[in-house]
Amino acid sequence: MEKTSNATQAKARPQKVNRLGLDLNFYKGEKTTLCAGCGHNAISERLVQAFYEMGVDPYQVIKLSGIGCSSKSPAYFLGYSHGFNAVHGRMPSIATGALIANRSLLGVGVSGDGDTASIGIGQFVHLMRRNLPMIYIIEDNGVYGLTKGQFSATADVGSKLKTGLVNEFPAIDTCAMAIELGATFVARSFSGDRKQMSAILKAAIAHRGLAMIDVISPCVTFNDHEGSTKSYAYVKEHDEYLDEVSFVPYFENITVDYEPGSTVDVELHDGSHLLLSKLPEDYSPFDRKKAVQRLMAAHEKGEVLTGIFYVNPEAKTLFDIMHLHDTPLVQLPEEKLRPSKEVLDEIMEDLK
Amino acid sequence: MSIAEPLTQPKEREVAAQPRINDFVIHVATVNGSGSQSANTALLRAIMQMGIPVSGKNLFPSNIQGLPTWFTIRVNKDGYLARKDHVDVLVAMNPETAHSDVMKVTSGAVVVYDQPLKLDSLRDDLTFYAVPFNDLVKPVVDLPKLRKLVRNIIYDGVLAWLLGIEMESLEEAIRKQFKRKPKAAELNIKAARVGYEYAKDNLPPQKKFRLERMNKTANKILIDGNGAAALGCMFAGVQVITWYPITPSSSLAEQLSDYMTRYRMDPESGKATFAILQAEDELAAIGMVLGAGWAGARAMTATSGPGISLMAEFAGLAYYAEVPGVIFDVQRVGPSTGMPTRSMQGDTLFVALLSHGDTQHIMLFPNSPEEIFDMSIEAFDLAEHLQTLIFVMSDLDLGMNMWMANPFQYPQKPMNRGKVLSAEDLEKIQEWGRYKDIDGDGIPYRTLPGTHHPKAPYFTRGSGHTEYARYTEDPVEFTKVLARIKKKYDKARDILPAPAIDRKPNAKIAFISYGTSHWPVEESRDVLRSEYGIETSYLRIRAYPFSKQVQEFIDAHDRVYVVEQNRDAQMLKLMRMEFTPEQIAKLRSIHSYDGLPMSSEFLVNHFLEQENA
Ligand SMILES: Cc1ncc(C[n+]2csc(CCOP(=O)(O)OP(=O)(O)O)c2C)c(N)n1
Ligand code: SF4
Ligand SMILES: [Mg+2]
Repeated sequence: MEKTSNATQAKARPQKVNRLGLDLNFYKGEKTTLCAGCGHNAISERLVQAFYEMGVDPYQVIKLSGIGCSSKSPAYFLGYSHGFNAVHGRMPSIATGALIANRSLLGVGVSGDGDTASIGIGQFVHLMRRNLPMIYIIEDNGVYGLTKGQFSATADVGSKLKTGLVNEFPAIDTCAMAIELGATFVARSFSGDRKQMSAILKAAIAHRGLAMIDVISPCVTFNDHEGSTKSYAYVKEHDEYLDEVSFVPYFENITVDYEPGSTVDVELHDGSHLLLSKLPEDYSPFDRKKAVQRLMAAHEKGEVLTGIFYVNPEAKTLFDIMHLHDTPLVQLPEEKLRPSKEVLDEIMEDLK
Repeated sequence: MSIAEPLTQPKEREVAAQPRINDFVIHVATVNGSGSQSANTALLRAIMQMGIPVSGKNLFPSNIQGLPTWFTIRVNKDGYLARKDHVDVLVAMNPETAHSDVMKVTSGAVVVYDQPLKLDSLRDDLTFYAVPFNDLVKPVVDLPKLRKLVRNIIYDGVLAWLLGIEMESLEEAIRKQFKRKPKAAELNIKAARVGYEYAKDNLPPQKKFRLERMNKTANKILIDGNGAAALGCMFAGVQVITWYPITPSSSLAEQLSDYMTRYRMDPESGKATFAILQAEDELAAIGMVLGAGWAGARAMTATSGPGISLMAEFAGLAYYAEVPGVIFDVQRVGPSTGMPTRSMQGDTLFVALLSHGDTQHIMLFPNSPEEIFDMSIEAFDLAEHLQTLIFVMSDLDLGMNMWMANPFQYPQKPMNRGKVLSAEDLEKIQEWGRYKDIDGDGIPYRTLPGTHHPKAPYFTRGSGHTEYARYTEDPVEFTKVLARIKKKYDKARDILPAPAIDRKPNAKIAFISYGTSHWPVEESRDVLRSEYGIETSYLRIRAYPFSKQVQEFIDAHDRVYVVEQNRDAQMLKLMRMEFTPEQIAKLRSIHSYDGLPMSSEFLVNHFLEQENA
């Protein structure tokens, strides 16, 4: 990623800047049009903060989404990044095409629980198993916000709509699913938990591979009443930390300094460190089976387990599997893309 | 000729007593999965190498093994490539269909059959040649599994002797067929020789249908349309290829994948200058194309009708958000799953308007391997220039059958990557609106993600947007963008591949066709001229939306027959949508939708019927 940017010239010299010399405002988006208090807005704020603090070049970021209230939010962060609001449930394919075309981009996708777990479940599944390097956030409120409050497939059994309708179908746990599908970074957080969200997002930015984060994000308009397992009150009461997450970014010329203590230290590909602490004795973020078991156990207790469940920084990415050129495909010159006349003649001779 | 004169009725066809040299139809009936494809392609190539024009059409079932397959080879000294309805030489290898196969051939035909089938008592107006294939294959190879596979090549040898195919030519063709497997080549040559020797020693000479060396195929290649399209994509510089398997388009992606791994690995780094991904479905395949096109890559996917149906929503997004991409529609018979291994031009109308709301697409209609090669290259230029999807409308007949073609021409023009603003460009301009018409051609400027300039980023969306790519529900702002897209689309008429026109000075009657419907039209016009004294003009549509020339052409004639391969006269319907009432009144339709490539007999008959009515 380039470290210099002429973007600074566009703004008045700020007081506080990140390592690219950009101030926080440069990472903001348009004014939100979502409901006041919507969990999705809190997530946008955390994204602004995390990208700013990590010193990510906004010009190298692409923001992608499907359709829904959640999917509107890319307009509300990173105003200096290209954005693509796709069709309902199909953001993964747009992201895949864009990132294989230009592997130097950092993709951040925002989806909803309807967008991911219902109409988009097929594309979600295949995105997870391909390990496309990008961040995939589900803003999970258990309802269809934009179409005014129908159940989604992550709504818990027994949760009740405003109309009184009770959900009878089991919820899909997108995290458990992602782990089984081979995702290489799987986490869950809560939109109201600033500290945990920030640490997870920063670790996701540093991760080389697909980082999937399910963020419980209450819909204050349609799903924040008593009895809803995705309301503020419920999550606040039932949130069980799997671990405390802290993240030490790696920047050139900065020495990493941390206390190991009772933590597991995950070194990410760029040299940054993810520290998981307060771990139960037997928990290791590298064990897929245990991660799923813990998720299931938490469900049984009616708890919302949060934290980073699984990380595998070593897995082959889609780019590796494709033997993709190190130069982004879109930057290859014409001579590399169009074989010579001799090649055509040779093929023609073969077909005679 | 004057139309007042009553026209002669369609002529009954009969086999002349004179020997027919280089002008007849061979029909090979086999079982799917029995190795007949190599035998048939070798036969085709052997005849072509003798300088005689040929075309081959494979009528195969939607099945992997066991159902009947027919391969038709038309040998024609005049170079007509259309399918023929009749059969002069039958090779009956399939016990299931042998009886009805024999009953269908033309009187006077020659039948080579597998001896145990005992077909010779079925008709007395045919000449039968029994060949004990099972006995002949035994000494060639021991393994029963291999026997099954080389058994078919024996009929190539038998036909070589019966029809006069030069053995050297057949052997060379077999070697080509098994180019990368020399052992298999030798085994097959051995089997072909066994067939030839057997026929020479045991079968009476056959004089009715003969092949004689000519010089009409010098330099020709033999290729299927999907292979030609694949080559076109590679030389167009395609960067991202996505697909989901579906007959008859799979072999386009598969051949492209082969070519790319051979010729598009970067010699310096050993890494791929492209990405190929088998998607989870066609929704994802087109989504990936849009993502890649948006990011600035040349991206394509290949599919057929059912896949096109799934792509509808994304096609509308591409149209409205103005994202480039190339979609190959290798059409098969619909509706629904239809007849997956038969050919049709059934998606013309659907693709033209694919997606909800006011959506219109651009289609190209190649009729030959040469043209689909050229159009594949042009499609990428057009997609990036016009910032929209380009649909290349092939069909099973073009895509999966082997065609004799001229060697392809290396692209003459550099790539047209369209109106893309770099950071330096942005530095020079005051303001930029992603969806603004600056040049008066309706084509806006775009920036690519990763462009390091504060003016570069914009938000792409399928929801209402202004000229500055901002969300809107404002009636004026919304209509402004949609009207501009319409303008872009209308202006494209002038830059799309122009129709191919053959106007005869005094002709009152004309034909219009497109894609593979060209082949029966080409032949029928000659038949009408030589046998009925009717001179006709001809326009072949090569792109949609129509160029003005189509309307001018209709104006210049009294009656215009639109020839196509679908039930609903779909191209004619598209004409009705925009042509004048006077023009529409002149249009008549000739169409077939039985899944078989239209024959010239069919066309001539239907033409005469309508003329006489
Ligand atoms: C193909 C299609 N079907 C239906 C819709 C209508 N629709 C828009 S948003 C939405 C659900 C969104 O729910 P979710 O993804 O959970 O987002 P939220 O609004 O809750 O953030 C639906 C069904 C659509 N846009 N497209
Ligand atoms: S309806 Fe719910 S999800 Fe949508 S913006 Fe309002 S609070 Fe957020
Ligand atoms: Mg939701």
